[in-house]
Amino acid sequence: MIKSKHLLGIKDLTSEEIYHILDTAAGFRDVLHRDIKKVPPLRGKTVVSLFFEPSTRTKTSFALAAKRLSADFVNFSVSTSSVLKGETIKDTALTIQSLGADFVVIRHSAAGVPHFLSNILEMSVINAGDGANEHPTQALLDLFTIKTHKKNIKDLTVAIIGDIAHSRVAKSNIYALTKLGANVRLICPPTLMPAEVGKLGVEVFHSIDAGIKKADVIMTLRLQLERQSKGFLPSLEEYFKLYGLTSERLKLAKSNAIVMHPGPMNRGVEIESAVADGPQSVILEQVTNGLAVRMAVLYLLAGVRK
Amino acid sequence: MSKEILDSDDINRAIRRMAHEIIEKNKGVSNLCLVGIQKGGVTLAERLASQIEAIEGGKIRVGKLDITLYRDDLNTKVEQPVVKRTEIPCTIDDKTVILVDDVLFTGRSIRAAMDALIDFGRPAYIQLAVLIDRGHRELPIRADYAGKNIPTSFKDRVEVTLKEDTDKDKVVLISDK
Repeated sequence: MIKSKHLLGIKDLTSEEIYHILDTAAGFRDVLHRDIKKVPPLRGKTVVSLFFEPSTRTKTSFALAAKRLSADFVNFSVSTSSVLKGETIKDTALTIQSLGADFVVIRHSAAGVPHFLSNILEMSVINAGDGANEHPTQALLDLFTIKTHKKNIKDLTVAIIGDIAHSRVAKSNIYALTKLGANVRLICPPTLMPAEVGKLGVEVFHSIDAGIKKADVIMTLRLQLERQSKGFLPSLEEYFKLYGLTSERLKLAKSNAIVMHPGPMNRGVEIESAVADGPQSVILEQVTNGLAVRMAVLYLLAGVRK
Repeated sequence: MSKEILDSDDINRAIRRMAHEIIEKNKGVSNLCLVGIQKGGVTLAERLASQIEAIEGGKIRVGKLDITLYRDDLNTKVEQPVVKRTEIPCTIDDKTVILVDDVLFTGRSIRAAMDALIDFGRPAYIQLAVLIDRGHRELPIRADYAGKNIPTSFKDRVEVTLKEDTDKDKVVLISDK
């Protein structure tokens, strides 16, 4: 049912493939609630992470997902490796492959690196974030979380608030949600809206109050502080004032709306603490679901044989 | 060629007899838990449980077990089999767990089911109840309770459908000839 042995982006997946991954993840979620949180299907397989950007949660999540499937997990540490000695990405990846890895989980600041590697490698390539392009497993875990609460994704109104232009999480979620028939609203300052937004099949709002009105799902994005030196925003205080999700604003959404955040959160910048810790928040559930979804992805890709 | 080998009455009689055998062998049902193997064993386990309840009274716990992740042929299959839900409703430590499946064939599913089950605890006993035993075992496994023994050739298929899942109860033997 899954056609490619690589997971490069949501863009390449059909809605049937997306639903198949989500259904499989439901089976793996059961495993996470047992005393013995380990199952044997990937015995003898090796997963290597190759992260050219800092990451704690995604890497840890993939590591645990691999281990719970009984695969071996090794982190290829870029900061202390031959990459610093001038080795090209291609050579690094081929080295990892020659060590006997079956999967490489890669994050890179440049869009398209996973795609490039998928053309030269035999092993499966999983994109764990490439520049401002995609972060497919995050979108899948978000979908899984939404589906758990709302049953159907079709016709839901999902508001995504924040730095859309720099966000691969937003990008993957937009592709995924529109594919499955949700109505997607993007809310952000004009300076943080991507140029090609017209082609995405979404509604654009510059006022948060209008954008979250009657929404079923509200996704807040991390304001990428490291990318804000270019004068997109006057100040963080002003951003919170205009675009921060507060409990007052949350009342504009449907009363059973859920609030999501991919983490790590900047409390008091994109989201108020009272909302992050409030009853409508499913932020920590997203983390648990991330494990189940990544287990499903590893399991399913292991079965694609060409 | 396909032939109906059990009809609704046959199936009900077989389930009723197995229910009596389970009660007799275990001297009651106080420590019992039934676990149906996905997918064919789940409905059967529920039916067997309500039959036991009808005879003995009380409530029998019923779980469902997906064995996909414990299969021994994952590396050779063309595509990964679908992972289904596993729900074990109680602790199985020191319980008598009766695994329930529709058809017993090579025994490989049961091997996988025992491995899967033991990840949930340490049952006092594991017993096996199947509606159809069609022979051709490849592992040293046997059923404690069998609804019907059916001689088959290795290439035949045996299909059990129950009215909860489709429209009617039947067991069909499908052969190439």
